[in-house]
Formats: sequence, C-alpha cells, structure tokens
Amino acid sequence: MALWRFLRSLYNRPSSAFGTTVVLLFLLLALLGPLITPFSATEQIFQDARQPPSLAHWFGTDRLGRDVFSRVVIGARDIFTLAGLGTVIAVAVGTLIGLLSSYLGGLLEEITFRFFDSLLAMPALLLALLLLGTVGPSRNSVLLVIAIAYTPIVARVVRSVVLGTKTKDYIAAARMQGERLPFILFREIFPSVLPALAVEAALRFSYAIFLIASLGFLGVGVQPPRPDWGLMVNEARNYVALTPWSLYFPAAAISLLVVAMNLMADGLKRVLQVGETL
Amino acid sequence: MTSFILRRAGFLLLTVLLTSLVIFTVTQFLPGDVARVILGREASDSALQALREELGLTKPPPLQYLRWLGHFLSGDWGSSYSTGQDIMPLVLERLGNSLKLAALTLLIAVPLGVFLGVIAALDEDGWIDNLIGVASLSVVGLPEFVTGIVLIQLFAFQLGWLPANSSIPPEASLGELLPALVLPAATATLVLLAYIARLTRASMVEELGKPYVRTASLKGLSWRWVVTQHVLRNALLPTITVIAISFGWLISGLIVVENVFNYPGLGRLLTFAIDRRDLPLLQAITLVAVLAFALANLAADLLYAFLNPRIKLG
Amino acid sequence: MTAVLELKGLEVAYRQGRHLLPAVRDIDLQVEPGQTYGLVGESGSGKSTLALAVMNTLPTNGLVTAGVIQVSGTDIYELDAARLRTLWRENLKLVPQNPLPSLNPSHTVGRQLAEALGFQRVSSTSTPRVHQLLARVRLGDVERVAGSYPHQLSGGMQQRVMIAMALAGTPKLLVLDEPTTNLDVTTEAAILDLVRELVREQGTAVLYVSHSLGVVSQLCDRVAVLYAGELMEDAPVGKLYHSPLHPYTRGLLDSIPQVGLDKTRASLRPIPGQIPSAALLPNGCIFAERCPIAIDICFTDRPHLEAIPAGRRVRCHRWREIAGGAVTARQQQPAPPQSPVSRERPAVLELKKLHKHFEVRRSLPEALTGVARRYVRALDGIDLTVQRGRTLGLVGESGSGKSTLSKTVIGLVAASRGEVILLDIPLARNLAERDRATLRHLQMVFQSSEEALNPYRSVGQTLRRPFQRLQGLGRAQADARVADLLRAVKLDPSYAGRRPSQLSGGERQRVAIARAFAAQPDLLLFDESVSGLDVSVQAAILNLLSDLQAQYLTAYLFISHDLSVVSYLADDIAVIYLGLLMELGPTASVLEPPYHPYTEALLTAVPPVDPFAERPVLRLQGEVPSAVDIPSGCRFHTRCTRVLGDICRTQEPPWQDDGRGHRIYCHIPLEELTALQTHLFGRRTIRDEDEDADTSRGIAND
Repeated sequence: MALWRFLRSLYNRPSSAFGTTVVLLFLLLALLGPLITPFSATEQIFQDARQPPSLAHWFGTDRLGRDVFSRVVIGARDIFTLAGLGTVIAVAVGTLIGLLSSYLGGLLEEITFRFFDSLLAMPALLLALLLLGTVGPSRNSVLLVIAIAYTPIVARVVRSVVLGTKTKDYIAAARMQGERLPFILFREIFPSVLPALAVEAALRFSYAIFLIASLGFLGVGVQPPRPDWGLMVNEARNYVALTPWSLYFPAAAISLLVVAMNLMADGLKRVLQVGETL
Repeated sequence: MTSFILRRAGFLLLTVLLTSLVIFTVTQFLPGDVARVILGREASDSALQALREELGLTKPPPLQYLRWLGHFLSGDWGSSYSTGQDIMPLVLERLGNSLKLAALTLLIAVPLGVFLGVIAALDEDGWIDNLIGVASLSVVGLPEFVTGIVLIQLFAFQLGWLPANSSIPPEASLGELLPALVLPAATATLVLLAYIARLTRASMVEELGKPYVRTASLKGLSWRWVVTQHVLRNALLPTITVIAISFGWLISGLIVVENVFNYPGLGRLLTFAIDRRDLPLLQAITLVAVLAFALANLAADLLYAFLNPRIKLG
Repeated sequence: MTAVLELKGLEVAYRQGRHLLPAVRDIDLQVEPGQTYGLVGESGSGKSTLALAVMNTLPTNGLVTAGVIQVSGTDIYELDAARLRTLWRENLKLVPQNPLPSLNPSHTVGRQLAEALGFQRVSSTSTPRVHQLLARVRLGDVERVAGSYPHQLSGGMQQRVMIAMALAGTPKLLVLDEPTTNLDVTTEAAILDLVRELVREQGTAVLYVSHSLGVVSQLCDRVAVLYAGELMEDAPVGKLYHSPLHPYTRGLLDSIPQVGLDKTRASLRPIPGQIPSAALLPNGCIFAERCPIAIDICFTDRPHLEAIPAGRRVRCHRWREIAGGAVTARQQQPAPPQSPVSRERPAVLELKKLHKHFEVRRSLPEALTGVARRYVRALDGIDLTVQRGRTLGLVGESGSGKSTLSKTVIGLVAASRGEVILLDIPLARNLAERDRATLRHLQMVFQSSEEALNPYRSVGQTLRRPFQRLQGLGRAQADARVADLLRAVKLDPSYAGRRPSQLSGGERQRVAIARAFAAQPDLLLFDESVSGLDVSVQAAILNLLSDLQAQYLTAYLFISHDLSVVSYLADDIAVIYLGLLMELGPTASVLEPPYHPYTEALLTAVPPVDPFAERPVLRLQGEVPSAVDIPSGCRFHTRCTRVLGDICRTQEPPWQDDGRGHRIYCHIPLEELTALQTHLFGRRTIRDEDEDADTSRGIAND
C-alpha cells in the first residue's frame, strides 16, 4: 500500500537509502535494547576494565570496567525515547497552535507568534542551557527543554503553509458551504501541511539528538550513570590515550545517527516535494 | 526605506524585550527559592528573609522585572554569586573573546560556504554538485564536540602542530592568539560551512531557473556575464538571510567549541555559571547573547533592504 | 528569396525520466522576409515548444529529435555557442509571455536595454539610444522609465520594454509567444497596434504564437493551426477564416463566442473529447477521434500535409469533399436555443449602494503627524439587480473592482456601506454570520485553476459535503445524489473516485459547477469561471451553463473581463470601471449605440475573429488611475476619448436612461452619442449552412 511504496521511494537515491537504513538499524537496536546487550549499561567489572575491543566486549570496556557496546545500545534507547518523545510533543503542540492561530489570524496570531519570536531569539542550545541552568538537569527537564525549544519552529513551518493555503479558492468554497472551523482546519487545510510537517519532524528529531548529546557533553543533560552518548564522550575525554574506544564509539554513534537522519529527511523532502524553507 | 528600518528596529527591540522577560521569568521563578539557593540548606529563616528583602524578591513580579531591567540598562549587572566578581567587565571581556572567534569563523565559513554553494548550483546534478551535497549533509550532522576532539587528537596530540588547550590569558598578543584560535575556529566553521553552502545552492538554483536569465542569454551575452552580472546579485540576496539565520547556529556552536577547547569566551563562562547555579551571571550572559544575535540580524536585514530595489524604493 | 525561417520535418520531445515525450511532430513551415506568420493552437498543441525551439532555447530536458530549423539558410542547431549568441544579438529575438519575470528585478530598465544594445554599462553614449528605443515603443516619459525598476512599471509598460529589447539590433525574425495573454483587452489592443506598426516600419518577419484566433487574424498574413503537436492546416489569413478546410479549424471557429452572438440564437459548438496524451498517440489522423466526419481511413492512415492551390496546405483525407461542399465539417449543434427569459421576473439579488473601502495603513510617522487617512475605494456605490432565471454579466478590466464585488456579495469581504439583498432578505456582511439556510441560496464558481478544488480530496468527497452540510443528508443518500449531479454536468459518475490532479481543466470546472449546483441555489456567482480554459472547452462549459440555467431557473451573476463570453451568455450587461458602473442594460441594447465611451473602447479593443472586419480604432490614453486617488468629476475622464469639456472633470455625470432599462453614466446626451458612434456589430456574423456552401464552392472553383 501507500506506506510501502513511500518507503521504497526513499531508496531511490543512494544517500537517502543509506540514511534510512542506518536510522532503522539504530531504531532496531533501541527497541531490542536489553535483549541484545550481554552486560548491563552500568555494571562495573574491575578486572575487565580498560580492555580494547574483543570477542567478549565488542566495543571494549571503559576505565570503570563498563561494557562500551552495552552502553552504546542502551544509550540508543535513551536518546531515541527522549528525542522521540520531545519531538512528538513539539510537533503536536506546534501544529495545533500553528494551525489555529495562523488560520484565524488577527490578534491571536500576532500575540502567539510574537511570543514565539521571543523564544526563537535564543538559539536552541542557549535556551536549553538557560532552562536547565535554572531548573537543574534531569531527563524530564531535557524533555521539557526539547519541547519548548522546538514547538515555535514547528509552528512557524505550519504557519507558512497555512498562510499559503488559506487564501485558496477551495477554502472559500468550504466556508461557503457552512463548514465549521475544526473541519476546515483538519480536513481541508491539514493535508497540505502534512508533507512539510513530516520533513520538519524528521529534522527536529535529528536536531534533538544533536542537542541531547551536546547537553550531555556539557554535563547539563542526562546525568551519570546513565549511558548518554554525549556524557560518555565527555567522561572518556581525559582518558582518550588509555581507552580511545570508549570515546570513539559513542562519538561515532552520535555522528552516524544524526547524519543518517539528515539524509533521510532530505530524501523525504524530495519524495514529498517540499520546497526549501529558510 | 527609513520607515522600513524603523519598523525593523522597533520589531527587534520588542522581541528582545520580550525575551528578556522570558529570561527573567525563568531565572527568577523557576529555581524556587533563590535565597535558599544562595545561602544553602542550612541557612536560618531570618537570614533567608533578609536576603530576600535585599534582593527585592518580596516586591510584586512586574516591579521586580522593571527593577532588574533598569539595573541592566544602567550598567549595573550585579555581582556573580560564585566568585563575587563584578559581572559586567567579566562578561564584556569574555564577549570580546567570543567575538574574535566568531569573526574568524565567519570570515572563513561565509565566503567559502557561498563559493561552494554557487559552484554546486552551477553544476546542478553534476558530480561537483553531488559531492558537495553529500559532504555538506554529512558534516552538518557532526556535533562540534566530536569534530573538536578528533581535531585535537590529530593536530595537537598526534602531530603536535597546534595547542590542545586554548585558554589564553587576556593580554595575549596576536601571535599567541592565532594558533590557539585555529582549531576552535576550524571546528565551528565546519557545520556553518555546510549549512551556508546548502542554502546558497538552493537559492542559486532557484534563481538560475528564472525567466530573466533566459532573457539575458537571448541578448547574446556570454554565460559568464549572465551569471556574474545578473544571477549572482539576485541569488546572494537571500543568502544574506541565510547567514543571519546561521548566526544562531554559530552561537550554539561556539558554546560547545569553547568548552571543548577551554577557550575563555562567553560560552565557557556560561557552563561555568550553570555548574555553580550562578543565576545573575547566567542572566547577564543570556541577555548579552540574545542582544548580539538580534543586532546581527538587524544588520543583515538592513543590508538586505539596501540591496533589494523593491524595498529600497517601495 | 531565402525564407527567413524554415522548419523541415521538425520533431521536438521532452525527456521525462527514461521516456521521451514528443511535443511536436512533422512540422514543415516557412516564414518569408517581412511576413507575419501566426501559429494558433490550444493548450497541448506544442506552440510554445515550437517558439522556444525556433529560438534554440529549449529547456534542459527538451531536445530536437528530428528535422532541421534554419534561419536565413543556417541550421541554428549546428551553430557553436559564440555564433548562436551572435544570432541572438542581431537577428533572432523573442518576446515572451510574461514580461515581469523576464526582467531582472535588480537592474533598471535602462541598464537592461543598454545591454540589449550591446553596451556593457549605462553611459552617456548608451542613454540617448536607450531613450530612442523607448520612444519607438511609444513609452512617453523615457527618462523616468529608463531609470525605473521593472516592478515599478505596469504590465503594459513592461511588455513594451520587452518589445523594445527585441527591436534593438533590427532583427530579421521576431518570435512572439503570446505576449498579450495576461494584459487587459484595452492594453492588449494598444500593444497589438504597436507590433503592427513596428513590423511595417522595419519589415521584420514575425512568428506570432497565440491561442487567440482573434488576435492572430488581426495581425498576421498567414496562419497555421496546430493540434496536439501537428500542423493541421495553414493558409493566408482570409482564406483560413472564411473557408477553413480542416475540421479542427472549423471546430475552433465555431466554438468562439463572438460579440454579437448570443445563446438564444445559436449554441456554441464545442469539440467533444480531449487532446490525446503525448504518450498514447493514435495510428491514424490525430484528430480522428474528435472529428465529426471521420471515416475508416482516418483511423488507420495518417494524412500528409498536402499543398493545394492558392498557397494552402491541409492535413486531412477529406479536404476535397469539404472544399467542394459535399460534406460540412461541423460539430453537432447542441439542442435548440432557449427562448429568452422575460425581464419581468422577481429579483433574486439586489445590490443597493454597495461600497467597499479598504483603508491604506499609515506608517508610524504619518500617523503621528496626523496625515489624513487614505482609502482604496474598490466599490464606490453599486446598484444592480439580477432576476430569476436571467444572467447579468459584469464586465471590467483589472482594477475595476469586480473581484471585490464578488467577494463582498459572498461575504468573504465585509461591505463598508450598502446592502446585499437576497430574495428580499438583507444578508449579513460577513460570511461567518450567515446561517446555513442562507448559504444554500447563494453559491459561487471560482476561476478555473488548480486552487478551485482541494487536491487532497476526491471528487466524490468534495461533492458530498454540500449535500451533507447544507441539506442535512446522510452519507449514503448524499453519494446517490453525487452520481446524479455528475451526470447533470456531463461527467460519468465514476469520476467520483478521482482526484483533481487526474482531471483536465474543463473537467475540474465541471466539478466546481456541480459543487455549486448541489444545493440548488437561487443565485450563482461566477468569477472568471471560464477564463484560462481553451476555447473549445470553454464553449462546452458555456453551453452547460445555459442548459442548467434553463433547467433550474437559477439566476447568474457572471463576472468576467472577456466581453465576448459575457455578451454570449448574459441577458443583461453591466460595465464596471474604478468601482462604479458606467453602463447597465439588456445585452442587445448595450451592444448597439449609444455606448458609454468606456464600453465603446472595450468593444473596439476586442480583436474580431474576421480578419476583414472593419473596426474604428479607439484607444484609451494613459493607465487606469489608482483606486486611492480617484479622479474628480467623471472618474473616466482621464482616459476618455470623448471628453466633452470641463464638466467631465468637475461634475459627476448623471445616469441617463433610455426608458427600456438601458442606462449610461455620462454627460454626453444619448442622442449625441448615438450620432457620433458607429454601430460596431452591423452584420451578425452568425454562420449558417448557406454561407458555408457559397464560400466552399468558391474554393473548388479557384
């Protein structure tokens, strides 16, 4: 059916094919999680510490004797849940607000987007640091931060599509047939929003991963002993001569996933024929 | 055009004010009891109350905000909770350092990014275009701390060409400054480069498809003339907007880069402030960063307006 | 004498993925020096492709797959880049369809013209020559225009600039690709005059591509008809119009609503069916499936383009029979025309003193210094009535306020003053405040475009809604009615499952009409509903509309810029200019003197299809004034060719009534107007069997 054809069209180009495959692979890792990790992510086995990659420990062990592979896999689960949930919230809230306020226009639109502009006057990382600096870092606050940082962007994207659509004749025709607001918003306007929204959601997800990892690196995101990839890189930094693998594997994981997600988003953009929005 | 400038500036001012309100609200009310945060858990109730009065926390919130804003505008940025230092000179000094790094980054990233974007568009769907395309998509995904650490490994530890740590003293000369700046700038440049190249390419491709390009060609003008005299000017106009947006990326990038290289800029100070829950410092840094971002955007808007005949003349 | 342009066996195709889609096939034609050659075709005929191919400026996915194009004997596809550029600089020029996107928005007009003249910079040597060029295209204020940016000029002025650019260097061949398509008819007339004069002065050969038979007949010496990428017929212009040989040409001529023709006398004869898709070309004659006289051989053997006496060529197996009068290649004439509906019907819609003023937002400094508010006076007091079962046609050019009028009646825009009264009940100004019962009575059909129907919903889904919302029917009942509705607009009920992207322009409009009719409204508003449709498709839609009106007795308010269409369909006509009506009355009266001077200008501007028709040339001066600064007195005085004197500048004119429902808003007394004006449509050019027989026999005797 349409979904299958859609996935297949992502495979038309090598770049988006690669991206989609990698993302799905990571997703699989995240889903399987504890089922495939031979060790726990936090268990410290001192006698095995600082081992290079081997058959027993595929990615080696870090200075505290934790299995790097297990940490990376559980880290995938963590990052997928956090980034995923945060993105979903931002998309849901952003779409709702964007649809309503840009269709109705007037004061509501003015106020809403002025407020969003003020949030957007801060680059996402800055806003995140501001919030986390005051509330204190934790998984929940990171989730909150992602939702708050990305809702305005989603709303803006939705708005630009709605502004272009609401003047079309078929919307006027719907109004002339007495259609009510929910119908017009969700059945008439929303379908034209969907393509751009899908691409934006993919992009937001990749930026969310980026953001979470950066926050972890800076020490204000997910806290130890959870196996956040950014945190892992930070922790391994000073021991890189001793246990380089404990830095490079999580670093590679972050880079690979974000790049793959970007490639997939680009592929989506092509398939759904969404234009460039600055 | 003057009305455009005034409108834009007014707009921006309003946004910055609103943002300052957000900053204030977040830092003043989210952490709960600020007095307790400062004095610690063991403090006595009377001490807490005295501090609250001194900090003006007992007044109604709008008044607190105005008081705070007033202080800020008059140059009284208070003192840091953790070090007791005067915030303003500290922040301004660090701002200066960050600006040096930002300037170097932009100096490389903007011309190079635009250049790559333009040649990619001129070679649309050719091998140059594809190469640049895939490269930029890949690079855009690399977090700065990853790139930074890799670069340090390579250039500082393996090859020993450049310092791993960029924590230079404030009185450093240019000769001491430059080597310390190279790696951080290179790291920050990478992502910015990819971003600018991609968007420039898109704008250029769009412009090349427009009918006036055909008109120019049909006048018998050479392709080089058409591109340089006609297309470039119009395609670079949206690029200004792109660069303005990329300032946001730049700021985020610098925060991370400064931490990776221990560079004494605003970003490093920011994490320092967060580690110590130093709220006034945090407020000041955030506000300064927002202001810098806003001013940069205003400058870009003005440049755009000046170059676009539709706005210049109305 | 070498032909300036020669096409031999030309085939052009477009690459789409792995396929090659042919756009034009087997094209042979010649343009002699100094000749104006017209190329007429509907959408999908390949005419624009041909224009671009002749210029050697096909897009990257277009290529010449066979044949040769020669300009003055040189194969232009064999030229290297440098020689091609020289060709473009000196001998071969194009005037494209839309002037604004074809001009660089950041260069002044003067600079772009200087470039065309071969100067690298604007200098003291280039400026006088640029001014000279601008003067040649009759652009008055040359200094101002040269210093302007494209967006600061009007559409007509922009097109003159493009023509000026094309004339730089005295080219041998000028290719014009529908240059007047998006211009008002009065502006178009002026541009056509200009082209005619310039061509005469310079002796340039012209290839004029257009969808409009009227325009081409007025301008060209020789005309070729293109259909689905093939040349059907070409002939000297007079012969083509008065004795067409190809059934397609005949079909086109029969589907054009010409001023003077109306629905009560003869229905238009549309051509049934559609252009075959480029991917599935038939074996025989490409027109066979739509041809009224196709016989077996037409479906199996492709006819050749035969040269026949008197400099004509035709691609048809049966041309001899047609020429000899043995067969008549005409489409079926639809059902007998309806009798006119009496004027004494009850009024369905009344507009009383309808005003709409938009406030121009003041900038902050202006507001602070107390500068007076300014208004765009889009509608400045409209009074009109539409009766049950009758059609009122509203004609106006751009800036007249006609689109504001339709939006105000519907309620998408709230009127500032005045009333909209439907079936004796005043309507709320805002659409949102009108109840569903009211909405049922008033519906609208928008301009034909992709925006008229929601592309994400199927035809059935779209048509179901009015039944569910306005008539409260359940899903199953609604679906049954949808099937009936589709049949009523001559579409198969299976169309309910299709998406708008799968429909042709004409089919989409039928669905839009169906949607409007679903609730069986008392009044239907049409806002440019047939603009943008091919002539043959338009004819079918117009017939459909008059049939539906006869059946349901719906009142129509038909808004359009196209006077020919309006004069065909409407029982009464109103002419609008700058927010006010200039003339109002029964169609027959409006089309004969006395005319309001504006109506007169509109009528003379419409290019008649008959190349030999005599029309007085009455061209309006200047541009339409801005609706913010409406001229004093009679607002038309700045452009009127019959200004009486100061009274026109100072006093608003009275409404003069001739007692038979015909009113004119003018100072000039009616008798004087009647005496001054010539009857523009003396002989009704309705074709009938006798006329055909005469002229066809004429050919056989040549």
